[in-house]
Amino acid sequence: MKQKVYMTPNPAVPNDPVEFDEKICNGCNQCVEACRNDVLMPNPEKGKPPIVLYSDECWYCGCCVQECNRQGAISMVHPLNQSLPVSWKRAATGEIFRLGMLSPPPPNTRPPSG
Amino acid sequence: MAAWQDFIKRDEPPPEWPYPIKYGHETRLETDVLVLGGGIAGCHAAISARRSGARVAVLEKGAAKWSGSGGAGVDHWLAACTNPLSGVTPEEYTEVAMASSGGYDCGPLRYITCRESWDALLDCEKIGLKARDTEGEFAGADFRDPETGLLFAYDYKNKSALRVFGHNMKPLLYREMKRLGIEIYDRTSVAGLLSQDGKPGARVVGATAVNVRTGEFYVIKAGATIISTGLPGRIWTFSTELRSTFRDFNNTGDGSAAAWKAGAAFTKMESSYGDSGAFGYISYAMGNAHNTWYGCPIVDANGKEVPWFDRDGTRLETAAERFQPAPGQKVIIGLGERVPSNYVNQVSGLAADLAELIRKGEYKLPLYADLTRLPEQERRAIFGLMVGNEGKTRVAVYDTLTKAGFDPDKDMLQAPIMPPEAFRSPNFWAGVDVPQWRIFGSGGLVVDWDLKTSLDGLYAAGGAIFGTGAHSSAAASGRYAGRKAAAAAKAGPERPLPEPQVEAEKARVYAPLWQHRHKIGWKELNAGICRIMQDYCGEYRSEETLNAGIRLLGELRCSEAARAYASNPHELGRVLECESIMTVGEMALQASLARKASSSVLNLQRLDYPEVDPPAWAKNIVLKKAGDGVEAGELPLDYHLAAPFKPSYAENYRLHSGLTPENDKAKP
Ligand SMILES: Cc1cc2nc3c(=O)[nH]c(=O)nc-3n(C[C@H](O)[C@H](O)[C@H](O)COP(=O)(O)OP(=O)(O)OC[C@H]3O[C@@H](n4cnc5c(N)ncnc54)[C@H](O)[C@@H]3O)c2cc1C
Repeated sequence: MKQKVYMTPNPAVPNDPVEFDEKICNGCNQCVEACRNDVLMPNPEKGKPPIVLYSDECWYCGCCVQECNRQGAISMVHPLNQSLPVSWKRAATGEIFRLGMLSPPPPNTRPPSG
Repeated sequence: MAAWQDFIKRDEPPPEWPYPIKYGHETRLETDVLVLGGGIAGCHAAISARRSGARVAVLEKGAAKWSGSGGAGVDHWLAACTNPLSGVTPEEYTEVAMASSGGYDCGPLRYITCRESWDALLDCEKIGLKARDTEGEFAGADFRDPETGLLFAYDYKNKSALRVFGHNMKPLLYREMKRLGIEIYDRTSVAGLLSQDGKPGARVVGATAVNVRTGEFYVIKAGATIISTGLPGRIWTFSTELRSTFRDFNNTGDGSAAAWKAGAAFTKMESSYGDSGAFGYISYAMGNAHNTWYGCPIVDANGKEVPWFDRDGTRLETAAERFQPAPGQKVIIGLGERVPSNYVNQVSGLAADLAELIRKGEYKLPLYADLTRLPEQERRAIFGLMVGNEGKTRVAVYDTLTKAGFDPDKDMLQAPIMPPEAFRSPNFWAGVDVPQWRIFGSGGLVVDWDLKTSLDGLYAAGGAIFGTGAHSSAAASGRYAGRKAAAAAKAGPERPLPEPQVEAEKARVYAPLWQHRHKIGWKELNAGICRIMQDYCGEYRSEETLNAGIRLLGELRCSEAARAYASNPHELGRVLECESIMTVGEMALQASLARKASSSVLNLQRLDYPEVDPPAWAKNIVLKKAGDGVEAGELPLDYHLAAPFKPSYAENYRLHSGLTPENDKAKP
């Protein structure tokens, strides 16, 4: 297998606090405008999702997701050191779940209040 | 996918900077009221100044629609003492807050908050905020008023803290600012203030700023200026790798540093407290029983419930009792006010000896927050209303957890596993405090009853003012300062800008673009400043360490910091922040040096002056810049009730608030 390998810097931490679904995102850049820290930059290719340039400046406020009006186009991902400790136990059965587990329970679809 | 490495992998160069580069370009603006920082205080100030008839411009480093510590939401609205159901008067609430702060609190900010917090909430409701349970989702709950639909938090007897649905607070304020024709300059970071004739200590006549996308330079002339850049941060700890900051990342005290250089007076700058720095957990996403999660039952690994007690150690059997003041207690002032907890204002809590009980093995880790044990409405109020609206919670916690299957009706959320002592505070997600890793306390600008700083033409609102408070005090003080600044701006004559000062600022702002690239970028510089602050202005301080810290920061300024570089406008903004952080750091060092005593309220431990709160030092230490040095003075703790002011809160408010009895709807 021939694969070109480049000299690239180490990946920035967090690796990917914002993920885009290219099929849903239409590159409108509203999230770029919403981000307080300019984590996101407009993609030079029109219609494509923004570039996550300053992943290390994400404040994890989720305002980019709140601003987006194409459901599922953008999601916020906590870095592992933050998501791994988030764990819960079902009171009745004692089953243990965690954020990011391979086979999670079905989602709870109740929206927040207000 | 779109990370810049991907371009290299595709044999393409990383894309060019997407915004036009305008280094050296200068835009000149003129306005009546200039608002520096478009957060909660800044938006309320702008709206109120505009409604008072002034032309208003807002400079915001991020995007005003979502920026600031309150930009991602609000769920508890505190100190709404004039709401029709409140059982506590502004005077009573102010007294409790002042006493709990040992007197080290800002009387005008505190009292104005108590008088106008409710009015500010009504303002927000008028522009679309859901401030009450109109649909009756919580009908019948003991924290809901059936007539008004208002929902209370923390203290169901006094009803001064309200639960609100504020996840969209900033977009609503933003829309109103647009509607009123307020000029909003996003991505425009305040660099410095301009003084009449360029003289520090003189009237403030405007400001300079730089756009962090284009690098364009802004010079703004203003009749009156309001500092609303929030609480300074990134002073003791900085790491983007592990977790972001709790408070807004952009609040690096730029407005405070600018006001300092212009000669404004500051106080309480010696206060700070230990923090977990970057080692905390996702805010509000771990099992806990604090603030947003207040009242939640905590159980151990075997399901054994940790009992709750009131301030007198009386065991509380039901959840409902946790939301009532203790016998003899006037009021529980809300959590999150930053008022130090003491007997007077104490909320009920988990067993005080929980750490010891964990050590003895009576409670096994991990602990869990067990919402299933709460009545349905209390459960929904916590995980639904509060966790849905608090701020950094709707997406980061509510959506994230529910998508992953968490169900508050069925599941118990685990608390972090920490040393037993860490469970002394019910705010488990904050992690383990490291005493050297401090967070900025409640220092800030000294203000009078007009919320004017010690400089003419310069007002302040929100976290930039010294003293305690949170969202509602930012809103109320913004509302008030906006009125006062508008009136002051109308009165002023034409004042020319100090051109040599403008030129000097411009040269300073652009220096990091041309400096020798000594491989010091803003992140390394920020972390370096923090190291000085941890070592020399940490948990324990003394004459020697503080002086050494001042010397080191001074050296850093002329050496590594003077060679820090920026590759683009974004980095330029970040390097300039480091300059502000150094200035705020120096203020903290100088203030700690000037207070030759230790203090429990200020969290100041002087090794060389170990006596805690000696009566002779019960006074505010006031600092201001004088030439290249610092001038330290004093201000009595009750300065706001001493001459030239009146001896009562209500009288000062009546004389200064700018409200006539007709338009003052708030009843004391
Ligand atoms: C996650 C979270 C949740 C919270 N929830 C609540 C709550 O439910 N109830 C409550 O009472 N309090 C809450 N608080 C506290 C509350 O948000 C703050 O007290 C409030 O936002 C302070 O208002 P402010 O205007 O002083 O600062 P901010 O709202 O932080 O605004 C400061 C603004 O200044 C801007 N700025 C900074 N530097 C510059 C510069 N150089 N140039 C231009 N602009 C600049 C910033 O970008 C920001 O927009 C919460 C805080 C956080 C972090």
